[in-house]
Amino acid sequence: MANSHQLKRVDFIFRNENDWEKILSNTIKKKPEELVNELMSSELKGRGGAGFPTGLKWKFTAEAKSEKKYVICNADEGEPGTFKDREILSRVPYKVLTAMAVCGYVTGANEGFIYLRGEYKFLQPELKKAIDEFEYYCNEIEFDFKISVFMGSGAYICGEETALMESMEGKRGEPRNKPPFPSESGYLGKPTVINNVETLVHTFTIFKYGAKKFYDLGVQYSRGTKLFSVSGDTPKPGIYELELGMSLQDFVYEFGDGDTKSVQVGGASGFLVPRKKFKDAAIGFKGKLRGISLPTGGSMMLFNSSRSMFNVLDNYLEFFREESCGQCTPCRVGCQQLLLGIKAVKRGDKPAAYLDKLIRLTETMQYTAKCGLGQSVANSFSSIVENFREEMIY
Amino acid sequence: MQGVVERESFLSEHSMVEIAREIEIPAADVYGTATFYSFLETKPTGKFIIRVCKTITCAMKGKTQVLFAIQDMLKIKMGDTTPDKRFTLLETNCLGWCHKAPAMLVNDDVYTELTPEKVRDILTKYMDKNGNFHN
Amino acid sequence: MSKKVNLTINGFPVEIETGKTILEAADSQGITIPTLCYHKDLCVAGNCRVCIVEVTGQKRLSAACATPCEEGMEILTNSLKVRNSRKHIIELLLTEHNADCTKCYRNGNCELQTLASEYKIMTQDFIELVPLKKYSIDAYSPSIMKDDSKCIRCQRCVRTCAELQGVNALTVAHKGDEMKITTFLEKHMRDVVCTNCGQCINHCPTGALVEKNYIEEVWEAIANPKKHVVVQTAPAVRVGLGEELGLPPGTRVTGKMVAALKRLGFDSVLDTDFTADLTIMEEGTELLTRLKKALVDKDETVDLPMATSCSPGWIKYIEHMYPEYLGNLSTCKSPQQMFGALAKTYYAKARNIEPDNIVSVSIMPCTAKKFEAWRPEMHDSGYRDVDYVLTTRELAILIKQAGLDFEKIEPVKYDRLMGDSTGAGVIFGATGGVMEAALRTVYEIVTGREVPFDNLDITPVRGMEGVREASIKIENPVEDWAFLDGVELKCAVAHGLVNAKTVMESVKSGKADYHFIEFMACPGGCLGGGGQPIPTNPEIRKKRAEAIYAEDSSLTIRKSHENPEVLKLYKDFLKEPLGEVSHHLLHTKYTKRQRY
Repeated sequence: MANSHQLKRVDFIFRNENDWEKILSNTIKKKPEELVNELMSSELKGRGGAGFPTGLKWKFTAEAKSEKKYVICNADEGEPGTFKDREILSRVPYKVLTAMAVCGYVTGANEGFIYLRGEYKFLQPELKKAIDEFEYYCNEIEFDFKISVFMGSGAYICGEETALMESMEGKRGEPRNKPPFPSESGYLGKPTVINNVETLVHTFTIFKYGAKKFYDLGVQYSRGTKLFSVSGDTPKPGIYELELGMSLQDFVYEFGDGDTKSVQVGGASGFLVPRKKFKDAAIGFKGKLRGISLPTGGSMMLFNSSRSMFNVLDNYLEFFREESCGQCTPCRVGCQQLLLGIKAVKRGDKPAAYLDKLIRLTETMQYTAKCGLGQSVANSFSSIVENFREEMIY
Repeated sequence: MQGVVERESFLSEHSMVEIAREIEIPAADVYGTATFYSFLETKPTGKFIIRVCKTITCAMKGKTQVLFAIQDMLKIKMGDTTPDKRFTLLETNCLGWCHKAPAMLVNDDVYTELTPEKVRDILTKYMDKNGNFHN
Repeated sequence: MSKKVNLTINGFPVEIETGKTILEAADSQGITIPTLCYHKDLCVAGNCRVCIVEVTGQKRLSAACATPCEEGMEILTNSLKVRNSRKHIIELLLTEHNADCTKCYRNGNCELQTLASEYKIMTQDFIELVPLKKYSIDAYSPSIMKDDSKCIRCQRCVRTCAELQGVNALTVAHKGDEMKITTFLEKHMRDVVCTNCGQCINHCPTGALVEKNYIEEVWEAIANPKKHVVVQTAPAVRVGLGEELGLPPGTRVTGKMVAALKRLGFDSVLDTDFTADLTIMEEGTELLTRLKKALVDKDETVDLPMATSCSPGWIKYIEHMYPEYLGNLSTCKSPQQMFGALAKTYYAKARNIEPDNIVSVSIMPCTAKKFEAWRPEMHDSGYRDVDYVLTTRELAILIKQAGLDFEKIEPVKYDRLMGDSTGAGVIFGATGGVMEAALRTVYEIVTGREVPFDNLDITPVRGMEGVREASIKIENPVEDWAFLDGVELKCAVAHGLVNAKTVMESVKSGKADYHFIEFMACPGGCLGGGGQPIPTNPEIRKKRAEAIYAEDSSLTIRKSHENPEVLKLYKDFLKEPLGEVSHHLLHTKYTKRQRY
């Protein structure tokens, strides 16, 4: 394999050197523009799954004119198969808090929120303690930044940034129309930076070690490292920080149980890759990687040959049907149709060709749904149906 | 709303009206918002709400057996509350413990790598007659 | 000069002001992009996704209603990708919708039906979802029926109830496949804060929300030889009915409507305008009495400002939301109920008919009137004062069922005895009309002179501004009203309950020092009522208002206190405004209700 990119484990995120105070006070001595440039040159992209350049996000919000701005840390980790954010918040919360404060400094926000999913409520007391200590230090160095924790109440869709803001405003967590984007009009209509927990920790790494160190890791278009949540049929489930750009082949070699039939990359909203395509698939953001490049929030689920792909898809679709906010037609009705549709084909009530109609429906959902949830149902659906069609049919 | 749920475990008609009055929003919107979130119950629940994860990895790793064990032990079906109003059994979507599947929440506490035996032990603790074991 | 942006739509250049949406840009070029959740009266939701268009260079399609135009955009409104996607979305909506069109009340006037027909959705490949859900119809309210199986979740009703009416009886609940439009705790519409205004019906694209109709009951009454069926028609019906029968908005069809009603078999066709004039007599006197008590007797317990009580949606609203202000409401019944009470007393006696044999029907632009007629307190004649209330839309159905060619019908006049109308009665149909009619009369009673406005047109109270204020200074009053000399009579007009809320809040805070306020539940007043033809929008309401004022100008008598039949009524029956008979038949009391 000429192009093989060896799997490289890295240890930035969970390395705990207890130097956040120093990093914070040093970083905020630099000019905001300098820090934005640092982030831009690191080519860090959002680690929640969508992959928007973080530097740009901060820049837009910094440029927005408003008395009041906010920083939000998105810890509504709900994608099936991801659990990295919980681990970060319980092991290195100070890195997240520091990054939020720096973000506040860069963008001109003096208030930050951590939107913590309801399922992680047990984290709240420790996190609050960390925040107290953090704010105490901020006071000491006369740096004005407050952080509070906002608890979610059990809704996957609230991980969508605008739905999250609606939820924080005490409403139903329904995604908003975009534009306007949060950098212009976010929480309470004010310019807001919203970053995933992991993204914020990476900015900490960048501010500590410099953009170059980060940029040198990974491959073109997909720089740096990423946390992967590994689960399913694997002898080594858990969280691993790996360099981006690895091939799925290498990944399976490391984490598979020797009988890996397929891997779901990116959770229920991601893609299923069958064994025959492992070597062509690379993990990273869209770009000119060889083969297929798969962006991901870091969920890696392995399935061995004992698993029915129909059951997997059925489980995902049930998830989407329930977790869709229900406001837009393609997602609300589409998810129901897909779930009922595959069951009907399985039962023999609909012909196998009906699967093609459903795939076309997922395309429509991808084009027309209001937010990422409805748009991404197509990913798992078509990758599973196309690769395991025989398992879908009665 | 979260506060009320914490104290009373669910939002009664009375408390929803109180919330509406307090923050001056329509009662219908309180209801609409509450029903959006799976952790805001609008029907009476038991003191302990068991939420078993049903998403893929937990489903693969024996969630069904765990559920059977719970149902058998508490003598209730999915969605029901025990007659003594102690437990309510629900399913929920991914709890974020896929590497330690199957997982469940009992109120805010997480239990992972469940087996039928383990889940029986856990629930026994909550069955403590005095009801002051876990609150 | 606002800034402009340049873009192309389907290859043709368009220049449009910054901030306009793609939908508006297309509209300016005569290109209709289909919509469902979009409504000109409401904020943009962007949730039905029917209006999606392709922006060249973008993989995803954009909702035209929610996407602002940008410089250089190349928009395709009818590309293959757009068409296929849109077709999919319509198909999806149809699986969720109980598409039993032939049995639907909105058959023939349904936006989803029109779309499905335009896109020629001939087959249904997807799985029907309706049978899988446990839908039930809420038909407990005397005004509104809600059928969730026809709901397409566009949320227009929810936005209407919140944005236009500030009532929030309807909300969105649950999520995912269970998401639905419902009320607090999913109670029946009858049991929540619903004001029965029917604006949700007017804004519903399908048959999910319709009025409770009494068409068969009315046909039965007409067919019963023992029954003498009288019908009254509200002011706003004559400027709306035409729309349901193929005429352009703003067409005045008073005479044709009367002729049609006669041909339908009503025994007597009378005018609610008559009791509108009567209302002015009673309510005007009530206002003056209150002013006298407050100004001369220095009675601190007098409730001022006095608020009008013609609009049953408003009445139910204040009963729920501001029960502490019920004393401020005029005790006058609405014109409909005054008519009802008189029909089975005064009219029965004059015509020598057993009141028991009179069936009193009213044609109203309103759904709340159905609830009003149903109120237990509306039995002052000893019978149910108004038996059946039909909306403008239901009347059109009667006319169509009877096979009448509305265009060919020759106009005729109302029958006598309670059929006389003045311009003041007519303008009750428009926001500000009650105020204007009241001022025309009150000013003249007090000063002996006509209101000091050109041609009696009190323009400050006219228009479509949500809240309008006006004041008239009273100078040189006649002797009886000398105490009002120099008093500046301060008035306000509010239409749409969200504006009523604004005014009530300012009254509550003590900021407002009005003497008299006109409240109408519906946008534009009765002409925009919940029983009026669908669709409704600001332009249509403007046309109807123009027609109302044209009707007013066309009449020779334009002041309520000059209505000859009203004068005769006082002479023969009531004796005097606020007299004992009036008190019994024409005035009412109100009920405190829960706000939550």
